[in-house]
Amino acid sequence: MTIDKIQEEIIDEFSMFDDWMQRYEYMIDLGKSLPLIEQEFKTDDHIIKGCQSKVWVHAKLQEDKLVFTADSDAIITKGIIAILIRVFSNQKPQDIIDANTNFIDEIGLKEHLSPTRANGLVSMIKQLKLYAVAYQTQLN
Amino acid sequence: MIDVTTIRKDFPILNREVNGKPLVYFDNAATSQTPQQVIDVIVEYYSSYNANIHRGVHALSQEATDKYEQARITIQKHFNIAKSHEVVFTSGTTHSINMVANGFGALLSAGDEIIVSALEHHSNIVPWQMLCERTGAILKVIPMNLEGELVMEKYQELLSDKTKLVFCNHVSNALGTVNPIETIIKEAHKVGAAVLIDGAQAAPHIKADMQALDVDFYTVSAHKVCGPTGVGMLYGKEEWLKKLPPYQGGGEMIAEVTFEKTTYADLPHKFEAGTPNICGGIAFGAALDYMNTIGFKAIATYEEELLEYATEQLLSINGLKIYGTSKKKTSVISFNIDNLHPYDIGSILDKLGIAVRTGHHCAQPIMEFFKIPGTVRASFSFYNTKEEIDTLVAGVERARNMLL
Repeated sequence: MTIDKIQEEIIDEFSMFDDWMQRYEYMIDLGKSLPLIEQEFKTDDHIIKGCQSKVWVHAKLQEDKLVFTADSDAIITKGIIAILIRVFSNQKPQDIIDANTNFIDEIGLKEHLSPTRANGLVSMIKQLKLYAVAYQTQLN
Repeated sequence: MIDVTTIRKDFPILNREVNGKPLVYFDNAATSQTPQQVIDVIVEYYSSYNANIHRGVHALSQEATDKYEQARITIQKHFNIAKSHEVVFTSGTTHSINMVANGFGALLSAGDEIIVSALEHHSNIVPWQMLCERTGAILKVIPMNLEGELVMEKYQELLSDKTKLVFCNHVSNALGTVNPIETIIKEAHKVGAAVLIDGAQAAPHIKADMQALDVDFYTVSAHKVCGPTGVGMLYGKEEWLKKLPPYQGGGEMIAEVTFEKTTYADLPHKFEAGTPNICGGIAFGAALDYMNTIGFKAIATYEEELLEYATEQLLSINGLKIYGTSKKKTSVISFNIDNLHPYDIGSILDKLGIAVRTGHHCAQPIMEFFKIPGTVRASFSFYNTKEEIDTLVAGVERARNMLL
């Protein structure tokens, strides 16, 4: 599925909830079901700076697609990561670089996060895109 | 006795809703809310006598100067300070501490020792580290125990004739522990060291008596005592304020300027360079007046009741652990539930209209001591109610059920 299609799906899912408590519940469930990052990658090299809770991200190339795994010590943060991974993982690096991130505004994620978490979200997306740039260079 | 229903009417912000729920404000240790009486003073200043002070010949300037100096006297009386020029207006506690740290730069030499407590806020650690880097002085730390109390035997061992300064907060912002500052001051003076007490967290709960404490420096931020942000005080004994060099150069702080030499103004103006936060200073005085009308004894009794009730109710939640269990503490509860991240709990509470602080509370060394990333901190003020505590407890239960 294309990044745009997945984003549309997520926007649809979020519009079904009546209030933000339900959305939080959904994100917490997503966070709990997030496949764990391998322990060897939970090191300081893989920590994203700018997040108040700890976030580890690892990327590897499988054929021509980039696969992300990640983890956090906070569950809601894990839920956010799960959404981002659903959008950006298993995609071609160039598509990740080109992807717009409007869905975050459309589902109202940023305004419903604390300022520190919203900063963390921006850092996370930046980090995923940086990985994509690095691997695209490698592919070229 | 506190009549909380009447008191709450003084605070317009307590009527607002957050995320569709009535606001429950439990982040009082970060900043207190402002009563209408203080808001009125701020509005009155800007609508009727806004002018620069200490220099104009005109009526408005005179009026503003009088009100500003009256506020200084209100602060002097509140803290039982011997002389009004021992009250220096600052932008707040951090500014006050930096002023002293900077001043001591000229008085310390390599090998001198500075003692700080393990319970300090970052603003009370970093300036001393910078000072030590600059002077070659050595920083020593009074350790704490599992209850979050300072280990006073260790303090005694750290004191020596090398000790030049001791810094400690009156009340810990992260845990609420009331430190035994009377002993800390007395013992430091025996070895000839000066003592600075950070009163930021104590001021809303305890009326500290500067002369009885015999403390050398004491700092307070107005916004913790129902006043505005960006203003506070440094109390310093006259002899110390005379010894310290000025912090900043500028207008107001000089007596005479030629290109060869500048003579500094008398106290407190030597430390008050430039146009100060005039309105803030006046409102600071009004805030202390407001709190004194309610009465610090009544406030302490009521807050203790809230603390006891909240402690009991919160501890009934499965897996909840409170950090900072000293018998002497202010109305602050720092807690975690099992391994849940404080941010997760705080985020859900926010959605329920409950304001708490989460994180390391600018006291990372304390969090490291307990081996936790941070805590959820609920801090209560005299305008809070038991019903609000019930809302908090229900919210925490709900967060726990969602997150576990």
